[in-house]
Amino acid sequence: MIQVENLTKYYSHLCAVDQINLDIQRGEIMGLLGPNGAGKTTTLRMLTGFLQPSSGSINIKGLSIDKHVLEIKKLLGYLPESAPLYHDMLVFDYLKYVAAIRAIDRDQKLPRIRQLADLCGINEVMSKPIGELSKGYKQRVGLAHAMMNDPEVLVLDEPTSGLDPNQIVEIRKIIKEIGKEKTIIISTHILSEAEATCDRIVIINQGKIVADGSTENLKQSASGKNIMHLCLQNVDFKTVEANLSKLDGVESVSRMKQTDSELDVRLTYRSTGDLRPDVYRIIKDTDWILLDFHQETQTLENIFRELTKEN
Amino acid sequence: MRQVVHIFRKEFSAYFVSPIAYIVISIFLLITGWFFFTTFFLFNQANLRTFYTLLPVVFAFVIPAITMRLISEELNIGSDEILLTMPVTYGDVIIGKFLASVALIIAMLIPTLAYPLTVSFMGQLDWGPVVGGYVGAVFMGAAFSGVGLFASALTRNQIIAFIIGLAICFTLTLIDKMLFFLPQSLLGVFSYLGADFHFQNIAKGIIDSRDILYFISVCFVGLFGAHLALNQKY
Repeated sequence: MIQVENLTKYYSHLCAVDQINLDIQRGEIMGLLGPNGAGKTTTLRMLTGFLQPSSGSINIKGLSIDKHVLEIKKLLGYLPESAPLYHDMLVFDYLKYVAAIRAIDRDQKLPRIRQLADLCGINEVMSKPIGELSKGYKQRVGLAHAMMNDPEVLVLDEPTSGLDPNQIVEIRKIIKEIGKEKTIIISTHILSEAEATCDRIVIINQGKIVADGSTENLKQSASGKNIMHLCLQNVDFKTVEANLSKLDGVESVSRMKQTDSELDVRLTYRSTGDLRPDVYRIIKDTDWILLDFHQETQTLENIFRELTKEN
Repeated sequence: MRQVVHIFRKEFSAYFVSPIAYIVISIFLLITGWFFFTTFFLFNQANLRTFYTLLPVVFAFVIPAITMRLISEELNIGSDEILLTMPVTYGDVIIGKFLASVALIIAMLIPTLAYPLTVSFMGQLDWGPVVGGYVGAVFMGAAFSGVGLFASALTRNQIIAFIIGLAICFTLTLIDKMLFFLPQSLLGVFSYLGADFHFQNIAKGIIDSRDILYFISVCFVGLFGAHLALNQKY
């Protein structure tokens, strides 16, 4: 559906997006994650034909963005970050204007606007000027704007920022619903949101893609490194270290906390298999007392922090 | 082309939704009306000469005020991102906004028809120069709108857009009054550049293709400059 090749964007000398390659399938909900200033918004702006890439190519449905930018804009719906709408227009007038530009048939206009107003929950603000709306309502009007032409590709730049938790759940539901048939690209830095809504996650940092895959894939590939916590009694750290270091794949054994009676140990290992049975067997053969024993699960948050750490 | 119509409609109604149109029109009528009728009875001639002498200078102030928000406001609130990701070209946007400002100028000129009507009751009014003057005013308004739109595309600050537009329009209006500074050989070129010179020709009732062509080319250069400025931005 969307092919992006070697996409690069320079702002004078600053490289905002650096040789990005992406292939997005039809019906995929893709989450674009990254810290502030990673190049998320710039990437989306190029995808929607707002900014011209410095180099590289974008093809949407076989149409190249250099030559067919108008046709591509017809396929897309875009909600920019913080929904910059005309302040002095009424919501209804604005949606009518968008419907006109989107070439919605005259007799379809009102039903379509009504349908979107129901879907986005903006019925009660239809006759208010946009400038008077709260951030959440503005965001919803922006969403209605983006979905006006029932686009094949919906691009949403931080769609849930400024919404209350109930609205966030609603918007996610809407996104999931639309995502059954449509391709959706969402940028966000709320990780739980990406985890909840997206089929595929792309993490970018400093303009480069640093991870690409489903949430499970990312977790697995990142969990080449595992961490285990042990809380022991009746033993000193030296012995524990000597015993556990013998195991295959163990990288380090470190002392976290030690009181008179208890010893907290953190075990880092690199292995595809599970090391817990081996650790248990070692402990069983000794007279140590095991108080706590658990493996740290890799959350998306940890992976994100790992991948986007400043060097 | 359909997009031009939609953008035109939206921009034109935006003038009347906000107080801009009402303020600009009333100030324009106040200034022209005052200056026209204070001297009108002194000259004791049934023509619109003083109104037309005044018009280029008044336009040089009023039109940049009309056009200043057209593009720079979009750049400032970021709505250009929403507008330009809909299926429209830069050309559609610029032409649509340009036509809206020309339409407002026409709306602003319509109440001034009261001047020739009043005059025609008082004496023998020659309608030729009057009609010529109005045609010229529309052309001059269009040319200044083009310039103002260019100024508006340069910056996200409306006040800067106004001042740049004012500076260019004012220079164009007054350039043929400054000719005594210039060597003889350049006189022809610079007097041709003066908007006032061409407007006064038309206002005499002589519609010469050179004068019309001048306004059309100023307008085109302005709009093309706005197009380049937008192209440069993204």
